[in-house]
Amino acid sequence: MTTTTSDLAVQAQGIWKVFNAGLANEVTALQDIDLVVGRGEFVSLIGPSGCGKSTLLRVIADLTDATQGSLQVAGMSAAQARQEQRYGIAFQQAALFDWRTVRRNVELPLELQGWDKGRRQARAMELLEMVQLADFADHRPWELSGGMQQRVAIARSLAVDPPLLLMDEPFGALDEMTRERMQNELLRIRQETGKSIIFVTHSIPEAVYLSDRVVVMSPRPGRITDVIPVSLGERDDDTREAESFFESVTAVREALRGNPSSPARARVGEV
Amino acid sequence: MGARLRSIWPPVLIAVLALAAWQLLVVVRNIPPYLLPSPSLIAGNFFKDISLMWGAAFYTGTSALLGLMFGTFLGVLAALLAQRFIVVNNLITPLAAGLAAVPIIALTPILNNMFNITSRTPRVLVTTIIVFFPIFVNVIRGLVQVQPVQLELMRSMNASPRTVLRILRIPNAIPFFFTGMKVAAPLAVIAALVAEYFGGPQEGLGSRIASNAANTAYGRAWAYVAAAIITGLLFYVIVILLERWVAPWTSRPRPAS
Repeated sequence: MTTTTSDLAVQAQGIWKVFNAGLANEVTALQDIDLVVGRGEFVSLIGPSGCGKSTLLRVIADLTDATQGSLQVAGMSAAQARQEQRYGIAFQQAALFDWRTVRRNVELPLELQGWDKGRRQARAMELLEMVQLADFADHRPWELSGGMQQRVAIARSLAVDPPLLLMDEPFGALDEMTRERMQNELLRIRQETGKSIIFVTHSIPEAVYLSDRVVVMSPRPGRITDVIPVSLGERDDDTREAESFFESVTAVREALRGNPSSPARARVGEV
Repeated sequence: MGARLRSIWPPVLIAVLALAAWQLLVVVRNIPPYLLPSPSLIAGNFFKDISLMWGAAFYTGTSALLGLMFGTFLGVLAALLAQRFIVVNNLITPLAAGLAAVPIIALTPILNNMFNITSRTPRVLVTTIIVFFPIFVNVIRGLVQVQPVQLELMRSMNASPRTVLRILRIPNAIPFFFTGMKVAAPLAVIAALVAEYFGGPQEGLGSRIASNAANTAYGRAWAYVAAAIITGLLFYVIVILLERWVAPWTSRPRPAS
Protein backbone atom coordinates (compact mmCIF):
# COMPACT_ATOMS: atom_id res chain seq x y z
CA MET A 1 0.00 0.00 0.00
CA THR A 2 1.36 3.39 -0.92
CA THR A 3 0.82 6.15 1.55
CA THR A 4 0.76 9.80 0.67
CA THR A 5 1.46 12.49 3.22
CA SER A 6 -2.22 13.34 3.61
CA ASP A 7 -2.92 9.79 4.75
CA LEU A 8 -0.68 10.34 7.72
CA ALA A 9 -1.64 12.01 10.97
CA VAL A 10 1.97 12.42 12.06
CA GLN A 11 5.25 11.86 10.28
CA ALA A 12 8.37 12.46 12.35
CA GLN A 13 11.89 11.78 11.15
CA GLY A 14 15.11 12.12 13.10
CA ILE A 15 13.62 14.25 15.86
CA TRP A 16 16.08 15.42 18.49
CA LYS A 17 15.30 17.51 21.52
CA VAL A 18 18.23 18.70 23.61
CA PHE A 19 17.70 20.86 26.68
CA ASN A 20 20.47 23.24 27.82
CA ALA A 21 22.56 22.44 24.78
CA GLY A 22 26.26 23.10 25.34
CA LEU A 23 25.86 23.57 29.08
CA ALA A 24 27.00 21.30 31.89
CA ASN A 25 23.43 20.19 32.54
CA GLU A 26 22.73 19.29 28.92
CA VAL A 27 19.98 16.67 28.59
CA THR A 28 19.08 14.77 25.46
CA ALA A 29 15.34 14.35 25.94
CA LEU A 30 14.72 12.91 22.49
CA GLN A 31 17.27 11.13 20.33
CA ASP A 32 16.65 10.45 16.68
CA ILE A 33 12.92 9.72 16.91
CA ASP A 34 11.16 8.27 13.89
CA LEU A 35 7.43 7.94 14.27
CA VAL A 36 4.66 7.56 11.76
CA VAL A 37 1.01 7.57 12.78
CA GLY A 38 -1.53 6.69 10.11
CA ARG A 39 -4.90 8.35 9.78
CA GLY A 40 -7.38 6.86 12.22
CA GLU A 41 -4.65 5.00 14.06
CA PHE A 42 -4.41 4.79 17.85
CA VAL A 43 -0.78 4.88 18.99
CA SER A 44 0.38 4.86 22.61
CA LEU A 45 3.73 6.14 23.83
CA ILE A 46 4.87 4.23 26.88
CA GLY A 47 7.99 4.31 28.99
CA PRO A 48 9.33 5.16 32.43
CA SER A 49 9.44 8.75 33.71
CA GLY A 50 12.05 10.80 31.92
CA CYS A 51 11.92 8.79 28.69
CA GLY A 52 10.70 11.82 26.77
CA LYS A 53 7.21 10.57 25.88
CA SER A 54 5.55 13.79 27.05
CA THR A 55 8.28 15.84 25.38
CA LEU A 56 7.62 14.03 22.11
CA LEU A 57 3.92 14.80 22.42
CA ARG A 58 4.73 18.46 23.13
CA VAL A 59 6.98 18.62 20.08
CA ILE A 60 4.16 17.21 17.93
CA ALA A 61 1.78 19.76 19.49
CA ASP A 62 4.29 22.57 18.78
CA LEU A 63 4.26 23.48 22.45
CA THR A 64 8.03 23.16 22.30
CA ASP A 65 10.47 23.13 19.35
CA ALA A 66 12.42 20.14 18.18
CA THR A 67 16.15 20.81 18.21
CA GLN A 68 16.52 18.93 14.96
CA GLY A 69 14.49 16.72 12.62
CA SER A 70 11.56 16.93 10.28
CA LEU A 71 7.98 16.77 11.45
CA GLN A 72 4.66 16.85 9.66
CA VAL A 73 1.36 16.95 11.48
CA ALA A 74 -1.80 16.43 9.41
CA GLY A 75 0.27 17.02 6.28
CA MET A 76 1.69 20.39 7.37
CA SER A 77 4.33 21.78 9.71
CA ALA A 78 3.65 21.35 13.43
CA ALA A 79 3.41 25.12 13.87
CA GLN A 80 0.86 25.41 11.08
CA ALA A 81 -1.09 22.44 12.45
CA ARG A 82 -1.31 24.19 15.80
CA GLN A 83 -2.26 27.51 14.26
CA GLU A 84 -4.98 25.87 12.20
CA GLN A 85 -6.24 23.81 15.13
CA ARG A 86 -5.57 20.49 13.42
CA TYR A 87 -5.24 18.73 16.74
CA GLY A 88 -7.01 18.74 20.09
CA ILE A 89 -5.09 18.14 23.28
CA ALA A 90 -5.90 16.76 26.74
CA PHE A 91 -3.54 16.69 29.71
CA GLN A 92 -3.35 14.77 32.98
CA GLN A 93 -4.86 17.80 34.67
CA ALA A 94 -8.23 18.63 33.16
CA ALA A 95 -7.13 22.31 33.09
CA LEU A 96 -10.72 23.54 33.18
CA PHE A 97 -11.41 27.17 34.03
CA ASP A 98 -13.24 27.43 37.35
CA TRP A 99 -14.92 30.68 36.35
CA ARG A 100 -16.65 29.09 33.38
CA THR A 101 -19.49 26.63 33.43
CA VAL A 102 -18.89 23.16 32.01
CA ARG A 103 -20.54 24.14 28.75
CA ARG A 104 -18.53 27.35 28.41
CA ASN A 105 -15.33 25.39 29.04
CA VAL A 106 -16.17 23.19 26.07
CA GLU A 107 -17.01 26.30 24.04
CA LEU A 108 -13.59 27.85 24.68
CA PRO A 109 -11.79 26.65 21.50
CA LEU A 110 -14.82 27.68 19.43
CA GLU A 111 -14.90 31.08 21.08
CA LEU A 112 -11.24 31.62 20.14
CA GLN A 113 -12.13 30.70 16.56
CA GLY A 114 -14.84 33.32 16.53
CA TRP A 115 -17.91 31.08 16.31
CA ASP A 116 -21.13 32.90 17.15
CA LYS A 117 -22.87 32.13 20.41
CA GLY A 118 -25.71 30.01 19.06
CA ARG A 119 -23.50 27.69 17.06
CA ARG A 120 -21.03 27.46 19.93
CA GLN A 121 -23.69 26.40 22.38
CA ALA A 122 -25.19 23.85 20.03
CA ARG A 123 -21.78 22.30 19.31
CA ALA A 124 -20.85 22.22 23.02
CA MET A 125 -24.11 20.48 23.91
CA GLU A 126 -23.55 17.96 21.14
CA LEU A 127 -20.11 17.16 22.59
CA LEU A 128 -21.37 17.04 26.16
CA GLU A 129 -23.96 14.53 25.03
CA MET A 130 -21.19 12.48 23.48
CA VAL A 131 -19.33 12.34 26.80
CA GLN A 132 -22.66 11.87 28.62
CA LEU A 133 -22.47 15.07 30.62
CA ALA A 134 -25.28 17.08 29.02
CA ASP A 135 -27.06 17.25 32.40
CA PHE A 136 -24.04 19.00 33.89
CA ALA A 137 -23.72 21.73 31.24
CA ASP A 138 -24.47 24.55 33.67
CA HIS A 139 -22.42 23.17 36.58
CA ARG A 140 -19.05 24.55 37.58
CA PRO A 141 -16.00 22.32 37.04
CA TRP A 142 -15.32 21.90 40.78
CA GLU A 143 -18.74 20.38 41.25
CA LEU A 144 -17.67 17.42 39.08
CA SER A 145 -15.63 14.32 39.96
CA GLY A 146 -12.15 13.86 38.50
CA GLY A 147 -13.41 11.48 35.83
CA MET A 148 -16.19 13.83 34.81
CA GLN A 149 -13.74 16.74 34.62
CA GLN A 150 -11.53 14.70 32.34
CA ARG A 151 -14.53 13.94 30.10
CA VAL A 152 -15.18 17.67 29.85
CA ALA A 153 -11.53 18.16 28.87
CA ILE A 154 -11.91 15.50 26.17
CA ALA A 155 -15.09 17.14 24.89
CA ARG A 156 -13.19 20.44 24.74
CA SER A 157 -10.32 18.81 22.80
CA LEU A 158 -12.87 17.60 20.23
CA ALA A 159 -14.66 20.94 19.92
CA VAL A 160 -13.23 22.16 16.63
CA ASP A 161 -13.42 18.61 15.24
CA PRO A 162 -9.65 18.19 14.68
CA PRO A 163 -8.49 15.04 12.90
CA LEU A 164 -5.87 14.32 15.57
CA LEU A 165 -6.12 13.96 19.34
CA LEU A 166 -3.04 14.28 21.54
CA MET A 167 -3.46 12.93 25.06
CA ASP A 168 -0.87 13.23 27.81
CA GLU A 169 -1.73 10.71 30.56
CA PRO A 170 -5.32 11.94 30.62
CA PHE A 171 -6.44 9.17 32.96
CA GLY A 172 -3.29 9.16 35.10
CA ALA A 173 -4.96 10.78 38.12
CA LEU A 174 -8.07 8.59 38.10
CA ASP A 175 -8.83 5.48 40.14
CA GLU A 176 -8.64 2.12 38.39
CA MET A 177 -12.39 1.61 37.92
CA THR A 178 -13.01 5.09 36.58
CA ARG A 179 -9.98 4.66 34.41
CA GLU A 180 -11.30 1.50 32.71
CA ARG A 181 -14.66 3.18 32.15
CA MET A 182 -12.91 6.17 30.60
CA GLN A 183 -10.89 3.88 28.34
CA ASN A 184 -14.07 2.29 27.01
CA GLU A 185 -15.56 5.72 26.54
CA LEU A 186 -12.50 6.94 24.64
CA LEU A 187 -12.65 3.93 22.31
CA ARG A 188 -16.33 4.58 21.69
CA ILE A 189 -15.62 8.25 20.90
CA ARG A 190 -12.82 7.18 18.61
CA GLN A 191 -15.18 4.82 16.78
CA GLU A 192 -17.80 7.53 16.44
CA THR A 193 -15.38 10.19 15.23
CA GLY A 194 -12.59 8.29 13.46
CA LYS A 195 -9.87 10.44 15.06
CA SER A 196 -6.19 9.59 15.00
CA ILE A 197 -4.97 9.45 18.57
CA ILE A 198 -1.54 9.66 20.19
CA PHE A 199 -1.79 8.65 23.81
CA VAL A 200 0.95 8.99 26.41
CA THR A 201 0.71 6.63 29.37
CA HIS A 202 2.82 4.67 31.80
CA SER A 203 0.22 1.93 32.23
CA ILE A 204 0.95 -1.18 30.19
CA PRO A 205 -2.62 -2.61 30.25
CA GLU A 206 -4.00 0.79 29.30
CA ALA A 207 -1.65 1.11 26.35
CA VAL A 208 -2.44 -2.42 25.13
CA TYR A 209 -6.19 -2.10 25.60
CA LEU A 210 -6.46 1.18 23.70
CA SER A 211 -3.87 0.98 20.96
CA ASP A 212 -3.25 -0.34 17.50
CA ARG A 213 0.44 0.06 18.23
CA VAL A 214 2.41 0.61 21.40
CA VAL A 215 5.58 2.65 21.01
CA VAL A 216 8.05 1.74 23.76
CA MET A 217 10.50 4.41 24.86
CA SER A 218 13.51 4.37 27.13
CA PRO A 219 15.26 7.18 29.05
CA ARG A 220 18.70 8.81 29.01
CA PRO A 221 18.65 9.56 26.18
CA GLY A 222 14.94 9.38 25.34
CA ARG A 223 14.50 7.14 22.35
CA ILE A 224 12.14 4.62 20.80
CA THR A 225 13.33 1.12 21.58
CA ASP A 226 10.46 -0.92 20.24
CA VAL A 227 7.08 -0.78 18.55
CA ILE A 228 4.56 -3.48 19.46
CA PRO A 229 1.53 -3.92 17.20
CA VAL A 230 -1.61 -4.97 19.05
CA SER A 231 -4.36 -6.87 17.27
CA LEU A 232 -7.20 -7.54 19.65
CA GLY A 233 -10.03 -6.62 17.29
CA GLU A 234 -13.15 -5.05 18.78
CA ARG A 235 -12.57 -4.26 22.47
CA ASP A 236 -15.07 -5.06 25.19
CA ASP A 237 -14.82 -5.96 28.86
CA ASP A 238 -13.91 -9.56 27.97
CA THR A 239 -10.87 -8.28 26.09
CA ARG A 240 -9.20 -7.40 29.37
CA GLU A 241 -9.31 -11.07 30.37
CA ALA A 242 -8.43 -12.58 26.99
CA GLU A 243 -5.30 -14.64 26.37
CA SER A 244 -4.21 -12.41 23.50
CA PHE A 245 -4.50 -9.34 25.76
CA PHE A 246 -2.07 -10.81 28.26
CA GLU A 247 0.28 -11.84 25.47
CA SER A 248 0.46 -8.24 24.28
CA VAL A 249 0.88 -6.99 27.83
CA THR A 250 3.80 -9.39 28.26
CA ALA A 251 5.32 -8.28 24.97
CA VAL A 252 5.19 -4.62 26.03
CA ARG A 253 6.52 -5.41 29.49
CA GLU A 254 9.48 -7.29 28.06
CA ALA A 255 10.16 -4.50 25.62
CA LEU A 256 10.18 -2.05 28.52
CA ARG A 257 12.67 -4.23 30.36
CA GLY A 258 14.88 -4.11 27.30
CA ASN A 259 14.33 -7.79 26.61
CA PRO A 260 12.54 -7.72 23.28
CA SER A 261 11.88 -11.40 22.69
CA SER A 262 8.34 -10.98 21.48
CA PRO A 263 7.55 -12.32 18.01
CA ALA A 264 5.14 -9.45 17.60
CA ARG A 265 8.05 -7.05 17.38
CA ALA A 266 8.01 -4.67 14.44
CA ARG A 267 10.47 -2.32 12.93
CA VAL A 268 10.52 1.11 14.50
CA GLY A 269 8.52 3.65 12.57
CA GLU A 270 6.69 1.19 10.36
CA VAL A 271 2.98 1.75 9.84
CA MET B 1 -28.91 29.22 56.06
CA GLY B 2 -28.67 26.99 59.14
CA ALA B 3 -24.96 26.52 58.53
CA ARG B 4 -24.47 30.27 58.19
CA LEU B 5 -26.28 30.90 61.49
CA ARG B 6 -24.16 28.28 63.17
CA SER B 7 -21.00 29.99 61.94
CA ILE B 8 -22.22 33.42 63.07
CA TRP B 9 -23.22 32.78 66.67
CA PRO B 10 -19.80 31.96 68.21
CA PRO B 11 -18.19 35.35 67.39
CA VAL B 12 -21.40 37.16 68.39
CA LEU B 13 -21.44 35.31 71.70
CA ILE B 14 -17.80 36.17 72.35
CA ALA B 15 -18.43 39.84 71.53
CA VAL B 16 -21.43 39.97 73.90
CA LEU B 17 -19.46 38.26 76.66
CA ALA B 18 -16.50 40.62 76.17
CA LEU B 19 -18.76 43.69 76.34
CA ALA B 20 -20.44 42.34 79.49
CA ALA B 21 -17.06 41.71 81.12
CA TRP B 22 -15.94 45.22 80.14
CA GLN B 23 -19.08 46.77 81.62
CA LEU B 24 -18.69 44.71 84.81
CA LEU B 25 -15.03 45.68 85.15
CA VAL B 26 -15.76 49.41 84.83
CA VAL B 27 -18.70 49.31 87.29
CA VAL B 28 -17.14 47.01 89.90
CA ARG B 29 -13.71 48.66 89.92
CA ASN B 30 -15.28 52.10 89.52
CA ILE B 31 -12.91 53.06 86.71
CA PRO B 32 -13.16 56.73 85.69
CA PRO B 33 -14.31 57.40 82.08
CA TYR B 34 -11.07 59.17 81.11
CA LEU B 35 -9.28 55.85 81.69
CA LEU B 36 -11.91 53.56 80.26
CA PRO B 37 -15.55 54.49 79.64
CA SER B 38 -18.12 51.73 79.99
CA PRO B 39 -19.85 50.23 76.93
CA SER B 40 -23.16 51.63 78.16
CA LEU B 41 -21.72 55.18 78.30
CA ILE B 42 -20.27 54.81 74.79
CA ALA B 43 -23.54 53.39 73.47
CA GLY B 44 -25.48 56.20 75.14
CA ASN B 45 -23.29 58.84 73.47
CA PHE B 46 -23.43 56.98 70.17
CA PHE B 47 -27.22 56.88 69.98
CA LYS B 48 -27.72 60.37 71.45
CA ASP B 49 -25.55 61.87 68.70
CA ILE B 50 -26.36 59.38 66.01
CA SER B 51 -26.77 62.09 63.35
CA LEU B 52 -23.33 63.51 64.21
CA MET B 53 -21.89 59.99 64.04
CA TRP B 54 -23.46 59.46 60.67
CA GLY B 55 -22.20 62.81 59.37
CA ALA B 56 -18.61 62.17 60.47
CA ALA B 57 -18.66 58.60 59.19
CA PHE B 58 -20.04 59.82 55.88
CA TYR B 59 -17.27 62.40 55.51
CA THR B 60 -14.43 60.00 56.36
CA GLY B 61 -16.10 57.18 54.45
CA THR B 62 -16.24 59.39 51.35
CA SER B 63 -12.49 60.15 51.60
CA ALA B 64 -11.81 56.44 52.12
CA LEU B 65 -14.01 55.42 49.19
CA LEU B 66 -12.39 57.94 46.83
CA GLY B 67 -8.90 56.82 47.89
CA LEU B 68 -9.93 53.19 47.59
CA MET B 69 -11.22 53.75 44.07
CA PHE B 70 -8.15 55.66 42.86
CA GLY B 71 -5.71 53.30 44.60
CA THR B 72 -7.48 50.23 43.22
CA PHE B 73 -7.54 51.67 39.72
CA LEU B 74 -3.84 52.54 39.83
CA GLY B 75 -2.90 49.22 41.46
CA VAL B 76 -4.73 47.17 38.82
CA LEU B 77 -3.35 49.32 36.00
CA ALA B 78 0.22 48.98 37.30
CA ALA B 79 -0.20 45.21 37.68
CA LEU B 80 -1.48 44.87 34.11
CA LEU B 81 1.45 46.89 32.78
CA ALA B 82 3.95 45.00 34.94
CA GLN B 83 2.60 41.66 33.71
CA ARG B 84 2.75 42.75 30.09
CA PHE B 85 6.11 44.53 30.06
CA ILE B 86 9.02 43.11 32.01
CA VAL B 87 10.67 46.55 31.95
CA VAL B 88 7.70 48.08 33.74
CA ASN B 89 7.75 45.18 36.19
CA ASN B 90 11.40 45.77 37.06
CA LEU B 91 10.60 49.45 37.48
CA ILE B 92 7.40 49.26 39.49
CA THR B 93 7.99 46.36 41.84
CA PRO B 94 10.88 47.89 43.81
CA LEU B 95 9.10 51.23 43.68
CA ALA B 96 5.95 49.70 45.10
CA ALA B 97 7.93 47.96 47.83
CA GLY B 98 9.64 51.25 48.65
CA LEU B 99 6.30 52.97 48.75
CA ALA B 100 5.03 50.37 51.20
CA ALA B 101 7.98 51.03 53.49
CA VAL B 102 7.39 54.81 53.64
CA PRO B 103 5.40 55.88 56.73
CA ILE B 104 2.78 57.29 54.41
CA ILE B 105 0.56 58.78 57.07
CA ALA B 106 3.53 60.83 58.21
CA LEU B 107 3.49 62.39 54.75
CA THR B 108 0.12 63.97 55.45
CA PRO B 109 1.48 67.29 56.80
CA ILE B 110 3.67 67.59 53.70
CA LEU B 111 0.74 66.80 51.43
CA ASN B 112 -1.29 69.31 53.41
CA ASN B 113 1.25 71.94 52.39
CA MET B 114 1.43 70.77 48.79
CA PHE B 115 -2.32 70.71 48.28
CA ASN B 116 -5.15 72.78 49.63
CA ILE B 117 -5.36 71.97 53.33
CA THR B 118 -9.01 72.98 53.42
CA SER B 119 -9.87 70.33 50.88
CA ARG B 120 -10.18 66.59 51.13
CA THR B 121 -7.37 66.07 48.59
CA PRO B 122 -4.43 65.28 50.94
CA ARG B 123 -6.51 62.63 52.74
CA VAL B 124 -7.66 61.01 49.53
CA LEU B 125 -4.06 61.00 48.31
CA VAL B 126 -2.76 59.29 51.44
CA THR B 127 -5.51 56.69 51.18
CA THR B 128 -4.77 56.15 47.48
CA ILE B 129 -1.10 55.46 48.18
CA ILE B 130 -1.92 53.08 51.03
CA VAL B 131 -4.48 51.17 48.97
CA PHE B 132 -2.21 50.85 45.93
CA PHE B 133 0.22 48.36 47.42
CA PRO B 134 -2.02 45.45 48.53
CA ILE B 135 -3.99 45.71 45.29
CA PHE B 136 -0.88 45.78 43.08
CA VAL B 137 0.87 42.90 44.84
CA ASN B 138 -2.16 40.62 44.79
CA VAL B 139 -3.30 41.38 41.26
CA ILE B 140 0.16 40.90 39.76
CA ARG B 141 0.37 37.52 41.47
CA GLY B 142 -3.04 36.54 40.13
CA LEU B 143 -2.06 37.55 36.60
CA VAL B 144 1.22 35.63 36.71
CA GLN B 145 0.29 32.57 38.75
CA VAL B 146 -1.72 30.64 36.19
CA GLN B 147 -1.36 26.89 35.88
CA PRO B 148 1.35 26.08 33.29
CA VAL B 149 -1.00 23.49 31.79
CA GLN B 150 -3.61 26.19 31.22
CA LEU B 151 -1.02 28.28 29.38
CA GLU B 152 -0.12 25.28 27.22
CA LEU B 153 -3.79 24.75 26.49
CA MET B 154 -4.12 28.39 25.38
CA ARG B 155 -1.03 28.00 23.20
CA SER B 156 -2.43 24.83 21.64
CA MET B 157 -5.46 26.90 20.68
CA ASN B 158 -3.17 29.51 19.12
CA ALA B 159 -4.26 32.25 21.52
CA SER B 160 -2.47 35.62 21.31
CA PRO B 161 -1.02 37.19 24.50
CA ARG B 162 -3.99 39.57 24.56
CA THR B 163 -6.43 36.68 24.37
CA VAL B 164 -4.55 34.85 27.12
CA LEU B 165 -4.85 37.99 29.24
CA ARG B 166 -8.58 38.29 28.64
CA ILE B 167 -9.56 34.62 28.79
CA LEU B 168 -7.13 33.30 31.39
CA ARG B 169 -5.04 35.82 33.33
CA ILE B 170 -7.68 38.38 34.27
CA PRO B 171 -10.31 35.87 35.43
CA ASN B 172 -7.55 34.03 37.30
CA ALA B 173 -6.57 37.28 39.05
CA ILE B 174 -10.08 38.08 40.29
CA PRO B 175 -9.88 36.02 43.52
CA PHE B 176 -6.45 37.56 44.18
CA PHE B 177 -7.92 41.01 43.52
CA PHE B 178 -10.55 40.43 46.19
CA THR B 179 -7.92 39.19 48.64
CA GLY B 180 -6.19 42.53 48.12
CA MET B 181 -9.49 44.40 48.45
CA LYS B 182 -10.26 42.72 51.76
CA VAL B 183 -7.00 44.16 53.12
CA ALA B 184 -7.28 47.50 51.33
CA ALA B 185 -10.90 48.41 52.14
CA PRO B 186 -10.65 48.60 55.98
CA LEU B 187 -7.15 50.02 55.57
CA ALA B 188 -8.60 52.84 53.45
CA VAL B 189 -10.92 53.84 56.31
CA ILE B 190 -8.06 53.82 58.80
CA ALA B 191 -5.84 55.87 56.45
CA ALA B 192 -8.55 58.45 55.74
CA LEU B 193 -9.27 58.73 59.46
CA VAL B 194 -5.69 59.06 60.67
CA ALA B 195 -4.93 61.59 57.92
CA GLU B 196 -7.48 63.88 59.60
CA TYR B 197 -5.27 64.18 62.69
CA PHE B 198 -2.97 66.57 60.85
CA GLY B 199 -5.33 69.49 60.41
CA GLY B 200 -7.76 70.50 57.72
CA PRO B 201 -11.55 70.21 57.75
CA GLN B 202 -12.92 69.00 61.11
CA GLU B 203 -15.94 67.03 59.87
CA GLY B 204 -14.48 63.54 59.89
CA LEU B 205 -14.25 60.74 62.43
CA GLY B 206 -10.55 61.29 63.06
CA SER B 207 -10.98 65.02 63.76
CA ARG B 208 -13.93 64.32 66.07
CA ILE B 209 -12.09 61.63 68.03
CA ALA B 210 -9.13 63.98 68.50
CA SER B 211 -11.18 67.03 69.51
CA ASN B 212 -13.52 65.16 71.88
CA ALA B 213 -10.59 63.43 73.56
CA ALA B 214 -8.91 66.83 73.96
CA ASN B 215 -12.13 68.23 75.50
CA THR B 216 -12.34 65.32 77.96
CA ALA B 217 -15.55 64.10 76.31
CA TYR B 218 -14.27 60.54 76.49
CA GLY B 219 -17.61 58.81 76.07
CA ARG B 220 -18.22 60.70 72.87
CA ALA B 221 -14.65 60.19 71.61
CA TRP B 222 -15.17 56.46 72.05
CA ALA B 223 -18.55 56.65 70.35
CA TYR B 224 -16.74 58.04 67.29
CA VAL B 225 -14.24 55.20 67.57
CA ALA B 226 -17.19 52.81 67.47
CA ALA B 227 -18.52 54.61 64.39
CA ALA B 228 -15.08 54.20 62.78
CA ILE B 229 -15.10 50.46 63.51
CA ILE B 230 -18.57 50.15 62.01
CA THR B 231 -17.47 52.09 58.91
CA GLY B 232 -14.44 49.83 58.44
CA LEU B 233 -16.55 46.70 58.87
CA LEU B 234 -19.10 48.05 56.41
CA PHE B 235 -16.34 48.52 53.80
CA TYR B 236 -15.17 44.96 54.45
CA VAL B 237 -18.65 43.46 54.20
CA ILE B 238 -19.33 45.32 50.95
CA VAL B 239 -16.15 43.82 49.49
CA ILE B 240 -17.24 40.31 50.55
CA LEU B 241 -20.71 40.75 49.06
CA LEU B 242 -19.19 42.13 45.87
CA GLU B 243 -16.88 39.10 45.67
CA ARG B 244 -19.77 36.65 46.07
CA TRP B 245 -21.64 38.44 43.33
CA VAL B 246 -18.79 38.98 40.85
CA ALA B 247 -16.79 35.80 41.49
CA PRO B 248 -18.99 33.13 43.04
CA TRP B 249 -16.41 30.45 42.27
CA THR B 250 -13.83 31.90 44.67
CA SER B 251 -15.74 30.89 47.78
CA ARG B 252 -15.42 27.24 46.69
CA PRO B 253 -12.44 25.05 47.48
CA ARG B 254 -9.95 25.21 44.66
CA PRO B 255 -8.84 21.97 43.03
CA ALA B 256 -5.96 20.29 44.81
CA SER B 257 -3.82 20.07 41.70
